[in-house]
Amino acid sequence: MSHQGNDSVLAWNLSFEFFKGRRFKENLGNMVLQILINGVLTSGIYALLAIGFSLIFGVARIVNLAHTALYMLAAYYIFLFGHLLGLNILLSVALAIFLTTFIGMVIYKFCIDPILEHETSIVIVTVSVAIAIQEILLCFFTGDFLSPLPFVSGYVEFLGVRISAQHVLTLVVIFFLLLGMLFLLFRSKLGVSIRVTAQDREIANLMGINVGRICLITMGMSVLLAAIGGVMIAPISILEPHLWGEPLVIVIAVVVLGGLGSIKGSVIGAFILGFTETLVVFILPGGSFLKGAIALLIVVFILWFRPEGLFGVVFEEERL
Amino acid sequence: MIRTGRRVYKAFQGEILPVPWRLISFLFAVFLFLFPLITIQPYVLRILIFTCIYAIFAVSWDLLAGYAGQTSLGHSLFFGISAYTAALLNLNFGIKPWLTIPCGAIAGTVGGLILCIPALRLRGIYFTLTTIAFPLILIGVVHTFPKVTGGELGLYTLTPLSSSRLSSYYVCLVVALASILAMWKLSDGKSKIVRTGLILQAIREDEIAARTLAINTIAFKIVVFSVSGFFAGIAGGLYAHTMRVVGTSTLELGNSLQPILWTLFGGICSIHGPILGTVFLYPLTEFLRIIPKFRLLIFALVMVFIVLFMPEGLGVWIRNKLEKECPRCKLVNASWRRHCRACGAPIHLER
Repeated sequence: MSHQGNDSVLAWNLSFEFFKGRRFKENLGNMVLQILINGVLTSGIYALLAIGFSLIFGVARIVNLAHTALYMLAAYYIFLFGHLLGLNILLSVALAIFLTTFIGMVIYKFCIDPILEHETSIVIVTVSVAIAIQEILLCFFTGDFLSPLPFVSGYVEFLGVRISAQHVLTLVVIFFLLLGMLFLLFRSKLGVSIRVTAQDREIANLMGINVGRICLITMGMSVLLAAIGGVMIAPISILEPHLWGEPLVIVIAVVVLGGLGSIKGSVIGAFILGFTETLVVFILPGGSFLKGAIALLIVVFILWFRPEGLFGVVFEEERL
Repeated sequence: MIRTGRRVYKAFQGEILPVPWRLISFLFAVFLFLFPLITIQPYVLRILIFTCIYAIFAVSWDLLAGYAGQTSLGHSLFFGISAYTAALLNLNFGIKPWLTIPCGAIAGTVGGLILCIPALRLRGIYFTLTTIAFPLILIGVVHTFPKVTGGELGLYTLTPLSSSRLSSYYVCLVVALASILAMWKLSDGKSKIVRTGLILQAIREDEIAARTLAINTIAFKIVVFSVSGFFAGIAGGLYAHTMRVVGTSTLELGNSLQPILWTLFGGICSIHGPILGTVFLYPLTEFLRIIPKFRLLIFALVMVFIVLFMPEGLGVWIRNKLEKECPRCKLVNASWRRHCRACGAPIHLER
């Protein structure tokens, strides 16, 4: 109940401050720019999460509902290492990413791998894991709203709009991460074996690919993306143990919209929903409550016309 | 009168007494009716009332997901719609609970029909993931119109179900037993009168094959969605008038997950499974409130262990130990019998 009200994913207050005490018409151009920047940032985060979610679904048919819980965990690690223990920023980032990825792989090995054939059971187990993570965080950090210090301070002036350096850094990191991900998937040997496993597990096995290990590596990569996303948004959002719920729904919406297992679809879906959200928050009164609802309505509407998502493939032989 | 009495007794002797699991269910129902003789502590009765309500909810999920194979993660949609409908009717028009609850159930049915719109086009995991969206869309709507819906605080000071705790316990118990009996009859695969159980399972196993056998799968899906929505709606209405507060917690993802956890614990695709899960787990979670800090954590860990080590569920596991199907006439027998009670064929072939 509590997490619906306070915006969790990104700090929208930046844009609200911007409105204060100025006349609307003068700032129309600025507002468009602000929407653009916030939209790109939100979409970027969603794209990161959605690619990870989509990747592990495509390769191993795992619906990992603990995905955003791990993303939240990474953000909390940043708070723990950087803020409470006062470690060096680079060190705490590295530790957070490493630990989260490790935990994700442990979860895969012990909770998901034994029941890989039962899709519904995987959903239940991963939800339970997510709740467990939430409760553990609640025990250690209580339910208070926390906000870690930004990695870099100061502002950047861009066409008359002030953007905090942290936002710029996040944008840059997300951009290069997405590029690197595409490069890895489409230009490297590992990427080829991942894509082969996604297309046909048995054939991949026949071709001498260790399917189990590819699944584990993919899980690691997927959690890594979530962890980096969590680390990057930690300083520009408010942490609380229910942080995973809202992005999870949006990520699922993004992935279903783009077509499960399709990387291109995930990115495009993320941009559609990210910009929808930003526009709703900026334009409609009370938009922060409605942003999820409208995004989800769009998804339902698109699925009406394309039940397999924008870029999804219908698996005829699977007879779902 | 005597003849009907004798017929009921005959049916009891022939159909319930020899099958241990049915006998246990019957005795349990009798026990629930006599329970107030043991104690009428309000707290204990309250827990039992909620157990009854959630048992209806869990069985309605099982009907939709276990039997028809439409694994929905948005079952709180029906529950919440109904709870809000009942609360709004009660608060704004002063309508009594005996009318608001059926109205809520009808609203739940309408919710089921709305869910049909994507459900008839989507399949498998796409459907499961899309169903999450609906209750959350509704939460957004609730937050947007706080004047009507109460927003964060919800709607409160509803009329209680009845004047005393004891009578509302009996109301809930009777409604729960009636609803569960109805759903059991609907989903009974061996019934010779209502074929829905068999057809729903056929749809779950292979929809295309079911369609080639001239089953109108779309009609049956619509039926199962509305029936499931109806009974979840009854649960929601009862909840609203028992809790006397309706907030967005009725629509949250957590509320959809609860019946799923109970059903999986008890055993999916069996009517007694969700009931057993609810009767076992709901009071457990209530008593765990003594250590509130670790309540959900323990709950989550228990869930993981059950799914990993007892994937068919506790209820099904026990039933398979107690009962055995006759290999010739498919009649259910107690597993300690040597020969089938109807046709006399040896039951344990493998020995």
